[in-house]
Amino acid sequence: MHTDSRTRALVLFLGPALAAIGLFFFVPVLAAFVMSFTDFDIYSLGDLRYARFVGVRNYLQLFEDPLFWKALWNTLYFLVAGGPLSIAVSLGAAVLLQSKLVRCRSFFRFVYFAPVVTTLVAVAIVWRFIYHPRFGVLNFFLSLLGVTMIDWLGDPHWAMPAIIILAVWKNFGYNMIIFIAGLQNIPASLYEAASIDGAGPWQRFTKITLPMLAPTTVFITIITMIGYFQLFAEPYVMTQGGPLNSTLSIVLLMYQQGFRWWNMGYSAAIAFVLFACILVASIVQTQLQGRGGE
Amino acid sequence: MSVRTFQSIAVMGFLLLVAATTLAPLLWMVSASLMPSGQANTFPPPFIPREITLDQYVGLFTRLDLGRNLLNSILLSVAVTVVSLAVNSMAGYAFAKYRFKGKQQLFKLLIASMIIPAQVTMLPLFLMLNKMGLINTYFGVIIPGMASIFGIFLIRQYALSISDSLIEAARIDGAGDFRIYWSVILPLCKPILITLAIFTFMGTWNDFLWPLIVMTDASMYTLPVALAGLVGEHVQDTELMMAGSVMTVLPVLVVFAAVQKYYIAGIMAGSVKE
Repeated sequence: MHTDSRTRALVLFLGPALAAIGLFFFVPVLAAFVMSFTDFDIYSLGDLRYARFVGVRNYLQLFEDPLFWKALWNTLYFLVAGGPLSIAVSLGAAVLLQSKLVRCRSFFRFVYFAPVVTTLVAVAIVWRFIYHPRFGVLNFFLSLLGVTMIDWLGDPHWAMPAIIILAVWKNFGYNMIIFIAGLQNIPASLYEAASIDGAGPWQRFTKITLPMLAPTTVFITIITMIGYFQLFAEPYVMTQGGPLNSTLSIVLLMYQQGFRWWNMGYSAAIAFVLFACILVASIVQTQLQGRGGE
Repeated sequence: MSVRTFQSIAVMGFLLLVAATTLAPLLWMVSASLMPSGQANTFPPPFIPREITLDQYVGLFTRLDLGRNLLNSILLSVAVTVVSLAVNSMAGYAFAKYRFKGKQQLFKLLIASMIIPAQVTMLPLFLMLNKMGLINTYFGVIIPGMASIFGIFLIRQYALSISDSLIEAARIDGAGDFRIYWSVILPLCKPILITLAIFTFMGTWNDFLWPLIVMTDASMYTLPVALAGLVGEHVQDTELMMAGSVMTVLPVLVVFAAVQKYYIAGIMAGSVKE
C-alpha cells in the first residue's frame, strides 16, 4: 500500500512534464524528421494524403540551392566573427570588473547586463534607427571622426557587421556573468605567488587566468555557438535578410520556406541541417576540450 | 601609490566609457520616444527632445491599439510562468528525490535533447495545434511552454541539496506525497522557484519566432510580434516606434532591476556542469 501511493505520487509529479515534453517536443522532432523526407506543402496542409515520400530529394535540392549555401555562409560568418568577438568582450569586461581597482562594481554589472534582458525585437528596431544612413546617431559620431557616411543596413558589405555589433552589444553581459563566476573560483594565492615571482599583469592573465578559465570558456563557446546558429530576429526586423540576401540566415530561410511559402517538407530539411550543424560543432568543441585537458 | 591611483582612474574611466556606450542606445530610445513626430529625423540627430511630449505613447494606444498586445503579452507571460512552474517543480522534485527504474537514463536523455534547437519542432507543432484548433489562441503559446527541460534541471539540482531526513520526518508525521511537495519542498525551493519564474516570464515576454508563427491576427499578437509588424508600415515614424520599443523593453528591465540577484543566480546555476 505504501509503495502504491508513492508510485501514484510519482506518476502525478512526473506525468504532466513528461507528457508535455513527449507530446510537444519529442513527437514534433520525430515528425519533423519524417516530414523532411516528404513533399509536404500547402495542399498537404488541407489534407495529409497529399504529402508523399520523396526520399532524400529535399536534402539534394537543398544542397543545390544557392540560397541555402548563402544562408549557411551568412550564419557561419555571423558565428565565426560575432561569437569570438562577443566572448572576448565578455572576458575583458569580467576581468576588468573583478579588478581590485574598481568601485561601484554592482552598478557596472547591472548596466552591462541590461541589454541581455531587453526584448530583441525592440532593440533591433532601436538599432535600425541608430544605423540610419542620414539621421542615424552612429553615422553622426563617425562623421565627427571624419568617416564618410556608411549605409549600414543598405550595403551588402556592412549589413552583417551591423548585425554583429548589435549582437555583441546585446549579449556580452550574459557570458560576462559566467566568466565572473569562473574568475571568483580562481584561488587568490595563485596570483600572489605569481606576483612574488615577478609576473606582470599580462603574464598573470595569460599564465593563470586563461588556463584556469578554460572549462568556463568551453562551456561559453558552446552555448554562444548554439545561440548564434539560431540567428533570426535581427535580420527579420532589420533587413528581412537583405540587401542581396547578405543577412539571410538559416533560420530565416527555414521560416520563409515553411511559413511563408508553406514548403514544409523542404523547411523541415533545413531545420535538420541546422540541428546537424549544431550537433557537429558541439561535438568538435567538446573533443577539443578533452584534448586540451590531457 | 600614485601609480595605483593612476591605474584606478584609467580602469574606472574605461569602464565608464563602456557603460555609456552600453546605455546609449537605450537612453536614445527613451529620448526619441518623448519627441514630437519628425524631430528625430533631422540632422544633426538631436539627443534630447526640444520639448517633451507624451504624444507618441498616446498614439500607441489610440492609433495603433497596442494596449491589446500589451495585455496579450502580460497574460501569456504570467500564464506560462504559473503553469510551467507547477509542472517543472513537480518533475524536478521527482527526479531529485524519487527512485524509479530508468531514472538516470531518462534524465540523461532529457539533458542531451536540450541540444535540439526548438526550430526543429516548430513545423509539426504548428500542424498539431492547427488540427487541435489552437492556432491563433492563447493555448497555442501556453501549451508548448508548459514544461521545460531546463526548468526541470534547475529545480532538480536545487532539490538534491534538500536533506532526505526532512522528507522522512514529514512522512513519519503522516504527511502524504503531495503534502510533502507542497509544504516542505516548495518553501525550501523558494529561491530557485523565483529564479525560474523570472527566466520563464522574461523568456515568454521576449519570445518572437513562436508567437509570430502561432498568432495570425494582429489582435492576438504579443508586443514583439506587433512591433515587428509595425516596422514596415511605420518605418518613418521613428518617435512612435521608439515609444513602442520602450513599452516593450521597460517591463522586463524593471523586473530585472527588482530581482537582479535571482536572475544572476540562475545563470550561474545553469552554467554548472554536470
